[in-house]
Amino acid sequence: MSEPIRFHFDVDGDNFSSAGEASVQVKRMLRQIGISPDVIRKVSVAMYEGEINMVIHANGGDADVIVEPNKITIVLKDVGPGIADINLAMQEGYSTAPENVRSLGFGAGMGLPNMKRYTDDMKIESEVGVGTTVTMTVLF
Amino acid sequence: MTVNELIDKLELEVLNLEEGDRQIEGGYTGDLLSWVMGRAQSGDMWVTIMTNVNVIAVASLVDCACVVIAENAEIGDEVIAKAKAQGINLLRTPLSSYKICNEQILL
Ligand SMILES: Nc1ncnc2c1ncn2[C@@H]1O[C@H](COP(=O)(O)OP(=O)(O)O)[C@@H](O)[C@H]1O
Ligand SMILES: [Mg+2]
Repeated sequence: MSEPIRFHFDVDGDNFSSAGEASVQVKRMLRQIGISPDVIRKVSVAMYEGEINMVIHANGGDADVIVEPNKITIVLKDVGPGIADINLAMQEGYSTAPENVRSLGFGAGMGLPNMKRYTDDMKIESEVGVGTTVTMTVLF
Repeated sequence: MTVNELIDKLELEVLNLEEGDRQIEGGYTGDLLSWVMGRAQSGDMWVTIMTNVNVIAVASLVDCACVVIAENAEIGDEVIAKAKAQGINLLRTPLSSYKICNEQILL
């Protein structure tokens, strides 16, 4: 594996049932190229939480996954409302998710904390009214 | 214990069975999907009353041994089809989450 392998997905903002398709596909492809189950779990859960966030909070966006010999980088970019207070958003249990989303089992305010827990590095760049980019790295 | 053994002993309804001889290594119960993703382990029996299609994605990402739907919660055909497509062992029972976990531990 000399050249990085890249995957790109458009994450549909108004389809809740297909939310997570990209993460499930990434999981499959990482398995095919022989990445360890432990790393696959971290990458796919972190990406799924980020993907769901783009669907719930930002009307969709773009997901990119870059696989290099010793790390996987996930970049989730949306042009949604942005996050006004990132420290607050990072707190376990903090959520602005609407009731219909909660009834599906989402909106526990654990997504961003899970993403941080499952990755070795996470960076959130966000501007209100412009959008949010979350970059996560898993080392192995 | 394998998934097949769990099905036999607790008389679970089989909605989709892909890998009956998969070992159950532990368990987790919960309906909030982020908690499940944060806490459940690979090889767990996951007990929940949630039945929307996202349950299948979470089960796949967490790599649980099986999903057990408690309280005979209603589940759509499209969710069962998704379980089939993603190779998820999907079971159901009238028992409550509490009861299932109790009985599984006693097995
Ligand atoms: N991509 C995003 N765009 C705008 N706001 C977001 C985004 N991701 C997260 N947020 C904000 O951060 C909060 C916490 O996110 P998270 O921990 O995933 O919890 P949840 O999604 O369950 O609400 C969300 O409720 C929302 O207010
Ligand atoms: Mg979230």
